Amino acid sequence: MTEASAAHTAEHPPYLAHHFTDIEQQNESGTLGMWLFLLTEIMFFGGLFATYAVYRLKYFEGFHEGSHHLSVQFGALNTAVLIGSSLTMALAVRSAQLGRRKAIILFLILTMVLGVLFIGIKLNFEWSADYHEGLIPWMGFHVEGANAAAVRLFFCFYFFMTGLHALHMVIGLGIMCVLLRMAAKGRFDSGYFAPVEITGLYWHFVDIIWIFLFPLLYLMGGRY
Amino acid sequence: MSTHVVPVRVYVTVFVCLMVLTATTVSVAYVNLGAFNTLVALTIAVSKMLLVVTFFMHVRYSSALTKVMIAAGVIWLMLLMAFTLADTGTRNIPLQPEGWGEATVAPSTNR
Repeated sequence: MTEASAAHTAEHPPYLAHHFTDIEQQNESGTLGMWLFLLTEIMFFGGLFATYAVYRLKYFEGFHEGSHHLSVQFGALNTAVLIGSSLTMALAVRSAQLGRRKAIILFLILTMVLGVLFIGIKLNFEWSADYHEGLIPWMGFHVEGANAAAVRLFFCFYFFMTGLHALHMVIGLGIMCVLLRMAAKGRFDSGYFAPVEITGLYWHFVDIIWIFLFPLLYLMGGRY
Repeated sequence: MSTHVVPVRVYVTVFVCLMVLTATTVSVAYVNLGAFNTLVALTIAVSKMLLVVTFFMHVRYSSALTKVMIAAGVIWLMLLMAFTLADTGTRNIPLQPEGWGEATVAPSTNR
């Protein structure tokens, strides 16, 4: 190490990358980059939502019939579970900002438990019931009636959208495993908590997607 | 990124609001409001999204640059939705709506 670089390293903490003026600028860039990624995700899901809207308007009755096959109880329960996990994630980020290592670990674990619970409810009570009722296209789909083709299309949307959402959750859970390890090693303090904050943004985004999926798939057009 | 530490009270309040809105949207779905069911469901979903974005995602405490960029993204999404639905929603509209009687002017052929 040369004298100049040694002097330079001494000036700033190890987590501050060389090309940033200060930690605020580094944090700002990180958040902005994450938001840019989330905006591409919004456009990606947005295309699906737009397609769903087009077909829903075109085959209104079939989609209405399809949504009546879904369980509002489990959908609402999962909405509550996911909103709860957003709260614990927000608290994990707050703990990281304050440099509270044990609190970060506690809230991350709570978030993961709620995330796993969401996927568990989805798999165990919804998707498996759909399978037994013959609602999964290409997997023994059988719905009778005049709207059968439109109901099948509805379930193509349903499984693709909820499946993609669940995939995002699994990825989020994987990232949180890494965060847990980093937190356990004491890598975060009140100066450096960007990974927790950025993962928080991702997790809240996944929550927002579900906030739209739930009414669009389960409730729209009414359940009376 | 905010170095602004939000009080726990704010997060819990937002959480309670989100739960109340979820309960509201579920109960309203069982009441026959005709076309308004969809309107209510979407309005509540957008309100919940705004709560999450503003407080949980710290946009309220973010820089102007971040806010402008998010707004640009949302406007782009609106364009996607608006133009897609404007196209597919207005296909196959008859030139002469039903019940308007016989056309008095022959359709123009020179176009």
